[in-house]
Amino acid sequence: MPIITPDYFDIDGLLSEEERMVRSTVREFVDNEVLPIIEKHNREGTFPQHLVKRFGDLGMFGPTIPEEYGGGGMNSVCYGLICQELERGDSALRSSVSVQGSLVMYPIWKYAGEELKRYWLPRLASGDAIGCFGLTEPDFGSNPGGMLTNARETESGYILNGAKMWITNGTIADVAVVWAKLNGVVRGFMVEKGTPGFTAPEMKGKHSLRASVTSELIFQDCEIPKTHIFPDVQGLRGPLSCLTQARYGISWGAIGAAIAVYESSVNYATTRIQFDRPIGGFQLVQEKLVWMLNEITKAQLLAYRLGRLKDEGTMRTQQVSLAKRNNVWMALECCRMARDIHGANGILDEYPVMRHAANLESVKTYEGTHDIHTLILGADITGIEAFT
Amino acid sequence: MNIVVCISQTPDTATKVAVGADGKNIDAKGVKFVLNPYDEFAVEEGLQLRAANGGEVTLVCVGGDGAKEAIRLGIAMGADKAVLVKDEERADSFRVVSGIADVVRAANPDIILLGRQSIDYDSAQVGPMLAEMLDMPCVSFVTKLEISGNAVRAERDIEGGKEVVETSLPCVVTAQKGLNEPRYPKLPDIMKAKAKPIAEVAAPSVAARVETLAMRKPADKTGGKIFEFSPENVKELVRLLHEEAKVI
Ligand SMILES: Cc1cc2nc3c(=O)[nH]c(=O)nc-3n(C[C@H](O)[C@H](O)[C@H](O)COP(=O)(O)OP(=O)(O)OC[C@H]3O[C@@H](n4cnc5c(N)ncnc54)[C@H](O)[C@@H]3O)c2cc1C
Ligand SMILES: Cc1cc2nc3c(=O)[nH]c(=O)nc-3n(C[C@H](O)[C@H](O)[C@H](O)COP(=O)(O)OP(=O)(O)OC[C@H]3O[C@@H](n4cnc5c(N)ncnc54)[C@H](O)[C@@H]3O)c2cc1C
Repeated sequence: MPIITPDYFDIDGLLSEEERMVRSTVREFVDNEVLPIIEKHNREGTFPQHLVKRFGDLGMFGPTIPEEYGGGGMNSVCYGLICQELERGDSALRSSVSVQGSLVMYPIWKYAGEELKRYWLPRLASGDAIGCFGLTEPDFGSNPGGMLTNARETESGYILNGAKMWITNGTIADVAVVWAKLNGVVRGFMVEKGTPGFTAPEMKGKHSLRASVTSELIFQDCEIPKTHIFPDVQGLRGPLSCLTQARYGISWGAIGAAIAVYESSVNYATTRIQFDRPIGGFQLVQEKLVWMLNEITKAQLLAYRLGRLKDEGTMRTQQVSLAKRNNVWMALECCRMARDIHGANGILDEYPVMRHAANLESVKTYEGTHDIHTLILGADITGIEAFT
Repeated sequence: MNIVVCISQTPDTATKVAVGADGKNIDAKGVKFVLNPYDEFAVEEGLQLRAANGGEVTLVCVGGDGAKEAIRLGIAMGADKAVLVKDEERADSFRVVSGIADVVRAANPDIILLGRQSIDYDSAQVGPMLAEMLDMPCVSFVTKLEISGNAVRAERDIEGGKEVVETSLPCVVTAQKGLNEPRYPKLPDIMKAKAKPIAEVAAPSVAARVETLAMRKPADKTGGKIFEFSPENVKELVRLLHEEAKVI
């Protein structure tokens, strides 16, 4: 029997019954509700928005946020498993969960005033509301500290001016967490949909994450109430603390994408006949399958350990960088090998391979590019920063 | 409404099972177990009946400690409580039903729901046998269920069509695919399922009435025969399908 679903080192044996059940439930959900529709959305460049409410019902938004705010009260390993299984479906869906949970609910829970927490968190958890996170600007990606978007304090609140770009869920969001400079210091603000001076046009022409909405956020003398600032967090620490949460989820999610293309490759290699035998019987093809299983297994152990460290409270952000960097890279390499094994079929959307390959190019770039994580790790090793 | 749903744990449909060393049981090593798929329909129907009529859903399961995982999935789906009839032995249908019957008698339910069969041993006996033991009417392989007052109206699958039947509560109903769309357990409810205690009762003292002597895998497929196209070969093919393969 071919090894289809890779759990070569029995990671299951390290998981609790609840963690396994969470994993299986999301896997089944993805098999039944995501896989049958995702290629169509990818082809047409549309976000399957009908799933947002289903995600909320299931409890996939903000799984680690305390239940009193509508969150799931789950541990980080569960959050990781949710990301893994969703990204086995499509990176776009995992992105929507990462953004909603880690980049919107997390900062609101951590930094917003009590009233805003009580209002937004339950709505975001249930999927009745969608959120987005605006950090990147047209001219400031890897170095967000240079951002131009700014806020000015008035009698009654703040006036925002500037533009964000590449913002997942921007156009469909009911609330935006926006990072802007107030008196030269980065601060977090919450801007609600429909606020005068705020628009969020969708960006078109993506070859990647086509089933996800990506937008600009434009602020022209956009006035928000005094309560809509995060009172106690200043500087890049605010947005970076959110990114750590999301990157953690991505390090698991990438494994899901790798599993999807690996599974497809094993099925293909054991049934595709060339030269009178399954191509899985040729050494060159076996070597590719072995590479994939090998790297997936290492990535699983990395993510698992990272999850336990996070739950113990001892995880370092540099460890997250290593896991995000490694796991996304290995998933992308798996896609290339899978594409090769599938021959010409590998370019068709009958198979999931090119979709994952194209998606992972975004995943490699967002939440800190592969190279930026190299620099983070390089600085950690040597104590010398190489960013500038 | 007092609703009892009987569930069991079976190997995952995707697992390949092997015969164990004793030649009478499967080799459970490395086998992933799940809530019997037909039981998911029964649990869902129980939850929908509770939503419409109020009351409680009680799960009853005969099995070993391992079966608690299936029970907790049912609890995560929304069941109120559960009883495990602790039987580590592989029981025959009679022993299973005897175990369930004692618990059910004590619970005094309005309706008992089960899957049409468990997908491991496929006996499809537990529902009807339980009804007999409790002296209740039984409707099996149900694809639609309507209850108003005490009146029960059910649709069931029959060869090539549907049959509509009527009976009254209390009764036993076994669920067929199509009865409903089983819900996914909410993830936070999975985390809470362990907090609900599972009552345990001892297995019944009755002996099994059927003994498994041997369990075998079907013989490996042998290579097929290939015929070039010609009128004589078509005749020969039909003859062999009829006389040798005995499929037409
Ligand atoms: C589909 C998608 C969704 C996104 N969603 C969001 C979102 O929801 N919210 C949000 O705020 N942002 C989002 N982003 C933006 C993303 O975070 C940025 O694209 C990312 O931070 C990189 O910034 P950049 O594109 O401006 O690239 P740049 O920063 O211009 O980098 C270009 C290249 O230069 C390299 N580079 C840059 N600086 C250095 C250096 N010092 N040394 C060596 N190499 C360097 C980079 O590694 C990269 O290879 C999204 C992006 C995509 C593609
Ligand atoms: C966009 C596009 C346009 C094309 N246009 C044309 C065209 O105009 N005319 C035309 O005739 N064809 C065309 N092709 C077909 C192309 O030449 C074939 O796809 C190519 O020969 C590979 O064959 P395959 O896709 O059947 O893959 P397979 O032969 O099934 O190969 C699948 C995988 O198995 C590997 N493999 C196969 N055999 C062995 C072995 N013995 N040992 C080790 N590894 C092995 C391969 O390297 C590959 O990784 C086109 C293909 C594409 C994608």
